[in-house]
Amino acid sequence: MEITILLNGKKRTAEVRADTVLFDLLRDLGCASVKCGCETSACGLCTVLLDDKPVLSCSVLAVRADGRKVDTLEGLQDEASAFVGFIADQGAEQCGFCNPGFVMNTIALLRENPDPTDDEIRQYLAGNLCRCSGYEGQTRGIRAFLNAKKEGRL
Amino acid sequence: MLTIDKYLRPSTLEEAYEAAQKKNSVVLGGMLWLRLANKRVSTAIDLSALGLEYVTEDEDFWHIGAYTTLRTLETHEALNNMTGNLFRDALKAIVGVQFRNLATAGGSVFGRFGFSDVVTALLALDASVVLYKTGALSLEDFCRMGKVNDILTEIRIPKTPVHTAYFAQRNTATDFPVLNVCAAEKKETITIVVGARPLGGTVYRFSAAETAENMAERIAGDAVFTGNTRASAEYRRHLCRVLVKRAVDEIMAEREGI
Repeated sequence: MEITILLNGKKRTAEVRADTVLFDLLRDLGCASVKCGCETSACGLCTVLLDDKPVLSCSVLAVRADGRKVDTLEGLQDEASAFVGFIADQGAEQCGFCNPGFVMNTIALLRENPDPTDDEIRQYLAGNLCRCSGYEGQTRGIRAFLNAKKEGRL
Repeated sequence: MLTIDKYLRPSTLEEAYEAAQKKNSVVLGGMLWLRLANKRVSTAIDLSALGLEYVTEDEDFWHIGAYTTLRTLETHEALNNMTGNLFRDALKAIVGVQFRNLATAGGSVFGRFGFSDVVTALLALDASVVLYKTGALSLEDFCRMGKVNDILTEIRIPKTPVHTAYFAQRNTATDFPVLNVCAAEKKETITIVVGARPLGGTVYRFSAAETAENMAERIAGDAVFTGNTRASAEYRRHLCRVLVKRAVDEIMAEREGI
């Protein structure tokens, strides 16, 4: 089946099978930031934005994205660069494998709620699993970014 | 591994229903559990072109389209205001926001999964479902039915303000619940649903004059609990006593404005 998606602002057409998942299509289209972790809808590593909402690309059929807008980290570098340094400063990344999913979901969080509390950050990012850290580093990093923004240091 | 031979996005419910009668065809919901299945699907039927993603209200009911996502319910202000934030409380621990942006109300209900937080919450609200051919029936009756070869199009919730309390015990955050309990009070009746036993939600109704301890003892003594890798039957029974009492205490306190 032929589908067309608006991937990171550009129209892309691809031939997919009925059971091709969005994750596989995005990797084939060169989006290496999108990684597969659990493949059971549990870890959040494969997070992309579908029509601006964060979803698990391992669990969406590619055909269901036909005619829709898909954003991956490749297309959101500027938005991500505003806060990823703060997360790195906290040493929160360690192995870094979970990071693209965390960053994508943090972008979604900050678009939906530009001034979240720490509890709201934890709640929103609960679907992103990290096996190195205790999540405190990521929370501290996002908090440091929000504080810097409030204090006009950005 | 899930293999799908053909994908169909019908433009009418009749077309979807006809396709669903064929062997090995599956109506897609959010596709999150189906994705884990090891099966071959002849036709995957996607209802996304049928306008089933909505939350509307009339004088008597809230109408929730089958393709409405759990995230929409969780963040729907008016629906949460009427139900004492039940949807926010019951759905927030289901995996993550990305999962709840895909999972649909219809898919969650149609599966009638024993672990379902969605079904437990909806049962406590006396919800009903609308099936394309069968028509409307109570969710309680729908949960007792065997295999259903119909298409769930809508969930209805009576538009009566309720005091609610929802508790679920999980071994780890975002995992399946070991037990979930929802209590709802309206018109001097307290409805209590205990699910994830690991069997699905069972509904109990009490007069609001009964004590929380009595309700907890009666349900813990009556409900069937079994053990699995997450918890033993005895642990679930113990949790049931604690969570039912806690839920009833909470709605009583809410009613009295404490």
